[in-house]
Amino acid sequence: MARNPVTWLGSPTFPKAAHKALADTQLRQNLRKATGTIRGRRAAAVAEMTDWEQLRVAGEQIKNDVLARLDTLLVQLEESVTARGGVVHWARDAEEANRIVLDLCREEQATEVVKVKSMATAEIGLNEALEAGGVHAVETDLAELIVQLGDDRPSHILVPAIHRNRSEIREIFQRRMGVEVSDEPADLAEAARVHLREKFLTTKVAISGANFAVADTGSIVVLESEGNGRMCLTLPDTLITVMGIEKLVPSWQDLEVFLQLLPRSSTAERMNPYTSVWTGVTPGDGPQRFHLVLIDNGRTATLRDSVGRQALRCIRCSACLNVCPVYERTGGQSYGSVYPGPIGAILTPQLVGDMRDPQAASLPYASSLCGACFEVCPVRIDIPSVLTHLRAEAVEAKGRTAESVAMAAAAWMFKEASRYEKAQRAGALARFLARDGRITSLPWPGSRWTSSRDAPAPPSESFRAWWRRNRG
Amino acid sequence: MASAREEILQRIRDARVPAAEPVVRGYRDTGPGGVELFAERVADYRAVVHVVTDVPEALDRLRGKRIVVPPDVPAEWLVDGVEWLHEPLTIEELDRSDGVLTGCAVAIADTGTIVLDGGVAQGRRALTLLPDHHLCVVRADQIAASVPEALHRLEPTRPLTFISGPSATSDIELNRVEGVHGPRTLEVLVIT
Repeated sequence: MARNPVTWLGSPTFPKAAHKALADTQLRQNLRKATGTIRGRRAAAVAEMTDWEQLRVAGEQIKNDVLARLDTLLVQLEESVTARGGVVHWARDAEEANRIVLDLCREEQATEVVKVKSMATAEIGLNEALEAGGVHAVETDLAELIVQLGDDRPSHILVPAIHRNRSEIREIFQRRMGVEVSDEPADLAEAARVHLREKFLTTKVAISGANFAVADTGSIVVLESEGNGRMCLTLPDTLITVMGIEKLVPSWQDLEVFLQLLPRSSTAERMNPYTSVWTGVTPGDGPQRFHLVLIDNGRTATLRDSVGRQALRCIRCSACLNVCPVYERTGGQSYGSVYPGPIGAILTPQLVGDMRDPQAASLPYASSLCGACFEVCPVRIDIPSVLTHLRAEAVEAKGRTAESVAMAAAAWMFKEASRYEKAQRAGALARFLARDGRITSLPWPGSRWTSSRDAPAPPSESFRAWWRRNRG
Repeated sequence: MASAREEILQRIRDARVPAAEPVVRGYRDTGPGGVELFAERVADYRAVVHVVTDVPEALDRLRGKRIVVPPDVPAEWLVDGVEWLHEPLTIEELDRSDGVLTGCAVAIADTGTIVLDGGVAQGRRALTLLPDHHLCVVRADQIAASVPEALHRLEPTRPLTFISGPSATSDIELNRVEGVHGPRTLEVLVIT
């Protein structure tokens, strides 16, 4: 089976990538500013809601119900979309999904398509697959455009260019659009408007993701801010929507919960500027050909894990990224995946589905388990519990390692009091390595500990020895 | 070999996810509502709001402009002195117009949102997207108090557009800036 492109080929493990990112002071400054801003605004937007906790509980329960009845609901969605003139496609993995979309583009004889920001298409590496097949995908979301023009990688679920500040964005725009522009956000937005206008008006095929799909009506929902989504969903002749199979809600009424939870959690607004809802094809209004591509790509494997499956409740708001002390310092690219931050640390390794992959297996450790992510999660995903659960899986997958050998030796030593005392006396010798009561560099294998932190010097005499001498 | 559809559905069944507990909807389904709250919340998005008793008198400022209207626009809105653009209109004609005047299906007081559904006095979706200035007429009785109330009033299979303020982005340093691809000016006329 082909590798899952949810992680970027050749990415180092999280600690290695984080080590490098931590040295980038510009990155840390940009992230501190952006996440600090959004944290404060989100808290205010949520404080306005007296029933926030009840909404979170309902959001959790609705999504749990979706996961419990996923097969029935997907078939229901397929029926309602088909009844309204849409065509539904199913894809087991990224490769299959990309082939379906490329074939659809070729049927339309499209060499260029416009895209609305979508995590699902980023996860499957759709742009690269289309490019290889001779179809150029133009990202129309401002942040995605910044990433695409900068030949960069995304670092945030909602704002993929969060690691760039206004002057860096200005530099990218001037270089790639060939225009003079100031670093005022309003001017930068205007430059993007002018740059994309012609594309919107002339491109015949659009590709989108979906925030929600309503099983009983077949309605697809996309939330956005700029109007680039509306352009793509309204003007082209053909619309192809790529969506993870877990993005369902059972009924139209369920949206009342998520349309309240999502905007406040992601952009800290009472409501995002634009939300589009469409059901199949509407004669005389919008695209007259509609394709819905449902992708698995590791989701059904995730569903099998009774602890890990709650990650599939995620509605991609990115509140957990914005509050995470680890994310704020390392940035999103250190996670080596389109899904960074706390949710990425539990979702990515599960979608990869192979804990022998050292990069994926390093992600559940990208956390101090402080629990801030769970506090803000609008669908109450207990990220810390899933992290510890996946750490156990990572250890198990590793089999016999230096660490497991050391642990086995420790177990043998602790079993007998005499062995333990001998070990303590031997350990006291390490005092000779200490300066001011700290050991900053131990020989291997202890060096693996002291490379990132100091060890306290052991005392000259153990408590047991002291007790025997004074009270024994 | 099984089709992708069959295989995915079988994998889901094999996962044996236990039935979920019933959904408890303990959240508010209504709110204080009202014209005043709606107007205040719309204004928070830096949209222009006028609370008026009569549409024609509020349209004075459009004199001399080229304004798109949906096919079933109420005749009394078509005041003199404005060049009204009627369907059928091409994408280019919409793009070159000065603005568009529509009604709406529902509005939401809690969030300052207007919702269009392609029904009476609204037209197809492109009409309210390409012109740079959107004037939307909201009758007081169209204002729902809350998001749940609004969704209840809507028909989900119609093409819906929820609009909360002018086009904006939060993509530069996570601060909201108005004016990207959609209409850069949103003007809401609330008729009491």
